[in-house]
Amino acid sequence: MASALGAGLIIAGKDLKLELRSRTAFLSSLAFTALVLAIFNFARDPTLISATDLAPGILWITFSFAGLLGLNRAFALELENRALEALLLAPVSRTSIYLGKAIANLVFVGLVEGVALPLFAIFFNVPILPVLGGLTLVIALATIGFVAVGTLLSAIAVSTRFAELMLPVLMLPFLVPPITGAVQVTSRLFAARPFAEMAPWLKLLAGYDIVVVVTALLIFEFTLDQ
Amino acid sequence: MSAPSLVVEGLVRGFGHVRAVRGVSFSLGRGEALAVFGPNGAGKTTLLRLLAGILRPDRGDIRIGGLPLVRESAGQRRRIGLIGHQTLCYDGLSAAENLEFFARLYGLGDPRVAALKALEEAGLSDRAAIRVGTMSRGQQQRVAIARALLHDPEIVLLDEPFTGLDQHAAAALRGQLGRLRREMRTVVLVTHNLDEGLELASHVAIQVAGRFAEFGPRSGDAAAFRTRYAEATANG
Repeated sequence: MASALGAGLIIAGKDLKLELRSRTAFLSSLAFTALVLAIFNFARDPTLISATDLAPGILWITFSFAGLLGLNRAFALELENRALEALLLAPVSRTSIYLGKAIANLVFVGLVEGVALPLFAIFFNVPILPVLGGLTLVIALATIGFVAVGTLLSAIAVSTRFAELMLPVLMLPFLVPPITGAVQVTSRLFAARPFAEMAPWLKLLAGYDIVVVVTALLIFEFTLDQ
Repeated sequence: MSAPSLVVEGLVRGFGHVRAVRGVSFSLGRGEALAVFGPNGAGKTTLLRLLAGILRPDRGDIRIGGLPLVRESAGQRRRIGLIGHQTLCYDGLSAAENLEFFARLYGLGDPRVAALKALEEAGLSDRAAIRVGTMSRGQQQRVAIARALLHDPEIVLLDEPFTGLDQHAAAALRGQLGRLRREMRTVVLVTHNLDEGLELASHVAIQVAGRFAEFGPRSGDAAAFRTRYAEATANG
C-alpha cells in the first residue's frame, strides 16, 4: 500500500492530469487575472497614487481571487460519478486525500501566480527582477497557507448547496493573516526597505502556515463524514 | 452454510432526525449472495455505504472474515469492492487511466498491467484508451465492475447496478454477477428490481423503513416472495 505522501502524489497526479485535459479552471483563472490587472491599471490615477504604493494590494487581491476559482474544482472533480466513494474505499488514509488535493492545488495556484506575476509587472511597470528572490519567498509562504486552508474548506463547501459561493464566504476571513502579511512584505520589497522590517511579517506567514497545515491534517478526516 | 465471511449485527445509522438503517443484522458465507429489496427511501443505499465503510454506523458491528470493519483499517477496506449505478470513475480519464489510478492506490504490483488485464477480462481491451465519459452506459458499467474487482475483493457490494442499462448490457452484467458467485465472492446487491435480484441471490431480504422485514435463504417460490414483498412494502 502506498505511503500517505505516495498516495497523495498519485491523487495529485490524477487531478493535474484531469485539469491538463480540460484546462477549464486554469484558463478561467488566467482570464480573471488578466482582467483584474487590466481594470485596476486603467482605473487608477497615476498622478494621485504611485504604482508601487498600489501594486502590492492589487497583486495579492488578484492572486487570492484567481486561486479561489481553482480551489473550488478540487473536490468538485470527485463528485462526478460519485468518484469520491471509490477514493474513500481505497486503502489510503484521508490524510493522503488531503495531501493529494493540497499538492494539486499548490501546483495549480503556483502556475497561475507564475503567469500572473509577469502580467502584473507589465501592467504596473513594477521592476520585479531585483526583488524576485524575496518575492518568490513571500509568494511561496502565503500560497502554502492559502492552499492549506483552501483545500480544507473546499472539502467542506463542496457538499453544501451553492458550493462555489460558499467557499469564498468561508475562506476570506481565514485569508486576513496571510494576505496582510504578504502585502506588508511585498510593499517593503518594492520600497527596498531593509530585511529587518519584513522579518516579523515573514514569521507571521511561516507561523500561519504551520498552524493551518497541522490543523488541516488533524481535522480533514471529519470534513468528509456525512 | 460456509464460515461467515460478512457478519452484520444491530446496524443503526441516522441522518439528523431520520433513521435510515434501524437494527439490521445478517451474516453471509463465502460464495453467498444477498439481494436486498425495498422501495425508494428504505435505506438500502445507506446500508450498502455502511457495509463499504464509507459511512460510520451510529451503532452496531460489521465484521469481515471475523475482523471488525473500521474506517481506519486499510486492510479491511481492501477486501471490499463497490459497484454503484454510477461508475465511481472519472469521465475525463480513459478506462485504462482510471483503472491504473486505482491500481496505484491499491498498491498493485504493476498498475498498468493490472489495469489492462482487468479491461481484457471485462471485454474492453479495444476501449482502453477511450475516455469513460464518452462510452456507452453499458461500457461504463463494465469499466465500473472492472474497477471494483481490480484488487480481487472477497466482498462485492452492488447498488442498483442495472439502472440505465439496455437489455443487452443488463444480460452481460448478469453474466458477470453470476461469475462473482462462482468465484466464491460474497455479494450484497441492493435493488428494487425483483427479477434481477432473485436471479442472482442465494439469500433475500426485504428492507422497509430502515429495517429488515424479512431475511433468509431464497426459496424456489418467486411468486410467494413477490406477495410477501408487496405486503411488506404496503404495510411499511
